[in-house]
Amino acid sequence: MMEVGLTHYLTVGAILFTLGIFAVMTRRNTVALLMGVELILNGANVNFVAFSRFVETSIDGHIMAAFVIVLAAAEAAVALAIVLAMFRNFGTVHVDSVDSLKQ
Amino acid sequence: MSEHAILWTALSVLLLPMLSYVIIFFFGKMLPRKGDWVGVTLLGATLVQAVRIFVHFWQMGDSQLRYEGGFRWLDLGQFTADAGILVDGMTSVMLVVVALVSFLVHLFSVGYMHGDRRYERFFAFLGFFTFSMMGIVLANGLLFLYVFWELVGLASYLLIGFFFHKPSAADANKKAFLTNRVGDFGFFIGIMIFFTAYGTFNYMELFAQMQLAPLTGALLTWAGVGLFMGCIGKSAQAPLHIWLPDAMEGPTPVSALIHAATMVAAGVYMVARLLPLFDPNALLVIAYIGAITAILGATIALVKTDIKKSLAFSTISQLGYMVMAMGVGASAAGMFHLTTHAFFKALLFLGAGSVIHAVHTQEMPLMGGLRKKMPITFVTFFIATLAISGVPFFSGFYSKDAILAGALAFGMQGKTMIPFILAIAAAGITAFYMFRMLFMTFMGKPRDEERYSHAHESPWTMSVPLLILAVLAIVSAGWKGPADSWFSKFVTSYDLPAIAAEYGHQEHHIVESDHHVAVDDHAVAHVDEHADSHAEAAHGDSHGHGHGDAHDDIHHKAHNMAMAMSIAIAGLGIFLSWLAYMKKAFSTEAIRTKLNPLYKVLQNKYYFDEFYAATVYKFVLGFAWLNAAFDRIVIDGIVDGSATVTKIGGWITGSIFDRYVVDGMVNGVGNLIQGAAQGMRRVQTGQVQTYLLYVCTSIVILVFVFRAL
Amino acid sequence: MADHILSWMTFFPVIGAVVIAFIPKGNKEIVKTVAAAAAAVPLILAVRLFIDFDRNLDGFQFIEHFEWIKTFNIEYHMGVDGLSVPMVLLTAFLSFLCIIASWKIEKATKGYFALFLLLEAGMMGVFCALDFFLFYVFWEVMLLPMYFLIGIWGGPRKEYAAIKFFLYTLAGSVLMLLAMIALYLFTTDPATGQTGTFNMLHMFDQANHTGILTLDNVRFALWMGLFIGFAIKVPIFPFHTWLPDAHVEAPTAVSVILAGVLLKMGTYGILRISYPMLPDQAKAFMIPMAILGAINILYGAFCALAQTDMKKLVAYSSVSHMGYVLLGMSAMTEAGINGAVFQMFNHGTITAMMFLCVGVIYDRAHHREINGFGGLGLQMPLYTTVTSFALFAAIGLPGLSGFVSEAMVFMGAFPVHQTITIISAIGIIIGAAYVLWMLQRVFLGTRNEKYDDIQDINSREMFTLVPIGLVVLFLGIYPMPVLNLMKVSLNSLIAVINVAG
Repeated sequence: MMEVGLTHYLTVGAILFTLGIFAVMTRRNTVALLMGVELILNGANVNFVAFSRFVETSIDGHIMAAFVIVLAAAEAAVALAIVLAMFRNFGTVHVDSVDSLKQ
Repeated sequence: MSEHAILWTALSVLLLPMLSYVIIFFFGKMLPRKGDWVGVTLLGATLVQAVRIFVHFWQMGDSQLRYEGGFRWLDLGQFTADAGILVDGMTSVMLVVVALVSFLVHLFSVGYMHGDRRYERFFAFLGFFTFSMMGIVLANGLLFLYVFWELVGLASYLLIGFFFHKPSAADANKKAFLTNRVGDFGFFIGIMIFFTAYGTFNYMELFAQMQLAPLTGALLTWAGVGLFMGCIGKSAQAPLHIWLPDAMEGPTPVSALIHAATMVAAGVYMVARLLPLFDPNALLVIAYIGAITAILGATIALVKTDIKKSLAFSTISQLGYMVMAMGVGASAAGMFHLTTHAFFKALLFLGAGSVIHAVHTQEMPLMGGLRKKMPITFVTFFIATLAISGVPFFSGFYSKDAILAGALAFGMQGKTMIPFILAIAAAGITAFYMFRMLFMTFMGKPRDEERYSHAHESPWTMSVPLLILAVLAIVSAGWKGPADSWFSKFVTSYDLPAIAAEYGHQEHHIVESDHHVAVDDHAVAHVDEHADSHAEAAHGDSHGHGHGDAHDDIHHKAHNMAMAMSIAIAGLGIFLSWLAYMKKAFSTEAIRTKLNPLYKVLQNKYYFDEFYAATVYKFVLGFAWLNAAFDRIVIDGIVDGSATVTKIGGWITGSIFDRYVVDGMVNGVGNLIQGAAQGMRRVQTGQVQTYLLYVCTSIVILVFVFRAL
Repeated sequence: MADHILSWMTFFPVIGAVVIAFIPKGNKEIVKTVAAAAAAVPLILAVRLFIDFDRNLDGFQFIEHFEWIKTFNIEYHMGVDGLSVPMVLLTAFLSFLCIIASWKIEKATKGYFALFLLLEAGMMGVFCALDFFLFYVFWEVMLLPMYFLIGIWGGPRKEYAAIKFFLYTLAGSVLMLLAMIALYLFTTDPATGQTGTFNMLHMFDQANHTGILTLDNVRFALWMGLFIGFAIKVPIFPFHTWLPDAHVEAPTAVSVILAGVLLKMGTYGILRISYPMLPDQAKAFMIPMAILGAINILYGAFCALAQTDMKKLVAYSSVSHMGYVLLGMSAMTEAGINGAVFQMFNHGTITAMMFLCVGVIYDRAHHREINGFGGLGLQMPLYTTVTSFALFAAIGLPGLSGFVSEAMVFMGAFPVHQTITIISAIGIIIGAAYVLWMLQRVFLGTRNEKYDDIQDINSREMFTLVPIGLVVLFLGIYPMPVLNLMKVSLNSLIAVINVAG
């Protein structure tokens, strides 16, 4: 049976990160965009925990992951509030149609 | 009187008329009677002072007596000029003549100018004139002679133009001033030559220097001719006599005072005063000019019908006599004639003024028979006519005779006879035209009843001056022959050796130290210490020095001959005039038509005015116009042209080169940057996703780059 | 004020100008009063200067000497001698009277008076400066107010006249600048022993000249540069055409300053700078200068004779009269140079009177056409008297100051340039001709009924004319007060030139 090693974890993390990047780059809906950001953060989290477990045995990585989770929650709260404000003001949640700063 | 007292008295003679001018000019309007009494009183005081000086010289009886005083007026170190007064016999006579005529003219004007709107100005100007004239008489140096010379010119200008609203008067005063300026131009050059050579303006010092170190030939002649030009202008000698007839536009008292008795005689006085400065050549010029003027004036006076114009030409003619006297070496006779002429010519003018005042015209054909209406004027005018015609026992006879004798002697000494011939002819003509004037004005029947009926004798302020002058016209010659007349007490030739001894040492150093001469010796004809003895001898001779027996003999003979001839020719003139105008033995009309061309020439005053109008005036005005055109077109053209060239150059550099080359470069850079910016701004979309794409792409690129490194 | 009398005279008008700049708009009376006061102070100081000036001292007095720009050895150096004192007096005197004469200026009063005071400061500075750089600065400072005074308050062709004046003068300045720099670079400062000084006193001393300044060709070029620079200001034929235009267009008071003071700067510059710095060249240039003088006299007089505009006539008469100055200067004799400087002073006063007189009639009739008048003598008797006085002064009538200086010039020039002087003397005939002809056409002859109601000269105008008239009369009768000021300095200048020649 194949031993689950560092490489596997990193691969999962990378997949998550890439999916997140892809979501952020392609989705027009702001909520979906935020979900992409969550994926990126969680991709990073997987890496933190993996390195913590395999490379240097300590709890530093875990702590960092916990911080990221908290931060993601806070970020989601703020961002969703912004999305709500945006919807109220512009009547849409599509990022590409909110470009009044550009003019 | 002491020297001090004489000089102060002379100064008061100079300044009292000035005081009159100042008071009347500034306060005349506020004074009662517009201040005419101020002028009359002050001039009376002037006359008294002048007579005091005259009496002093009469008592002393020394023709070489001379008082001089002054102060340093201008001092720059080496260049100095003094102001001062010189009183000698000749001065004292002139002072009395000027003061007396001026006083009488003041008095006469009270009546004559009565009611004029600028009455007070008239008296002010008369005072100013008298002041200036006294200045000429009293000046002791060339500079101040010139100063007062110009000032009498101004006074004359103001008085000729007194009725300036008449265009003819406005023309006349300008003409007088300008003609005089032409003469003054030469006068000034003469002064410059003498000053440059000797470094002084003072008469006596100049005479002394002339003795010690005479100027050489041509320069001296030119200097003399230059000085004489002043006389030509002021004394109305040909060819600058043209202003005097026109000057009759002034009020008649002015004509009497300035243009008959005093100012016009200033030129003669100047030549007499400066006689040692003229060399024989210059004197010859003077003699010719004088003689020509005498005949020229007399012939024109023959045909003029305007009484004042006729008298004006008579004045020109008489002045010619005086000037000729200077030239032929009879300077004392010339001064003598100046004195007597001042009285009888002033009398003639005032008499004419009295007539004009009565009949309101100057045309003699409109007068006639006035002797009944104006007895005083008639008698006095008659006396003056006798005097000027040279009838024995009247003053003019003696003085004119002395001049004719001088001219004859001049000819008999082997020089030219022409001056004498012209002068004796003029004497006959003078007698003729003067009696013509008398007959036409006072005798016969009135030709214009209207005017005749209004005529009346003038008030006492006008007739008293006439009477005084009439007395003087008789007695001013004394009752003796001219050779031993009272005049010789006052006027004789300068005793040059004595003057040289007295003044020579004082200023002699100037000749050497004067750096004008020292620095630039080619500019001035060098003062030649080794005097040209020949020239000096001739010079001294003509001034009547070194009388030899032969010399005296000639003079004696000339005197007798001249007297006989002048009596004869005056008698002839009077007789012909009587035949023509009283007896009507022959018709003047017939002669006039017969000699029409000659008559026309005379009536047009020998076409002098026309000649000047066609040449000098035209040339000067044309040249002025040409200069102005040159200035406007050529010089301004060059200036504006250079501006245009600059503008075109500016257009080429500014509009062509600048726009396409320099601006092209500048704009090119700008465009480049703008273009780049246009490109770049596409990148900045504002889309977060695009930015993210860039980030990711960049990372990928960077990864590859770092791997490559 | 006694310590730095020259600086106070120069800069007090500037203070006045600044004060005027802060007066709110509309207070015209206050502006005028301040201007008059600011011009009165230099006049009072000038009287003080006249009294305190030591007539027997050769050299500069009332010296003020400070460092200014150390890098280039430029100093603030002021002082006066016999040549500059008469000019300073003239400037202070005429500036004050011109302020009074400008009382009627309605257009932009503030600007006018402020500029006028600046102009006075510039002129004063030029006559007092002893540092060449400072001289140049003042020379240019005075140019600008003049440009605006003509260009804004002038007549119909004011722009043309102002620009012509400005460009002409600037062209001269450039030549002067080049010469100045050459002199600066090659003059040794005796204090340090090194070249490079703007101090005029060092430049006067020929021993301080080094390098190219000892070469004849260079000295000639420098002389010509300076001469043309100053000639434009004088103005000497053929550089004179800015003058008639500037005069005709300028307002009365500006014409007075232009003719009365500005023209003198040219001849002042030649005497102050060219003569002592390049005496050998001056001596060599005598004859051309005399010829130019004669041309100026005659050409100006003939041009004046042909004019029909009163102001243009007076302008050309200035050209003619400045010719006398040139003739006298060229003789380099005692009477010549003293006469020339005296003529500068007298021309200043006499021309000022003439322009003021023309201004009086222009204010009333609104034209200056000589042929448009006639018989004014009956309608304006007082004005006729005053104008005749001025005009007779201009033709050199004895008893008035113009005669004394003209006679001195002729007496001084005659021994040196005989023929040229005689030819120039024709100018006295032509001079009388144009003046008398104008007098006749304007004041004498038939009355022009159009002007029956014209007002005679008023008391304010008399106030400006009478003081000048008194000066003219007094100096004509007794000229020594002014001649005493100048003779010691000028005689030593003549000595310098004659040594060099």
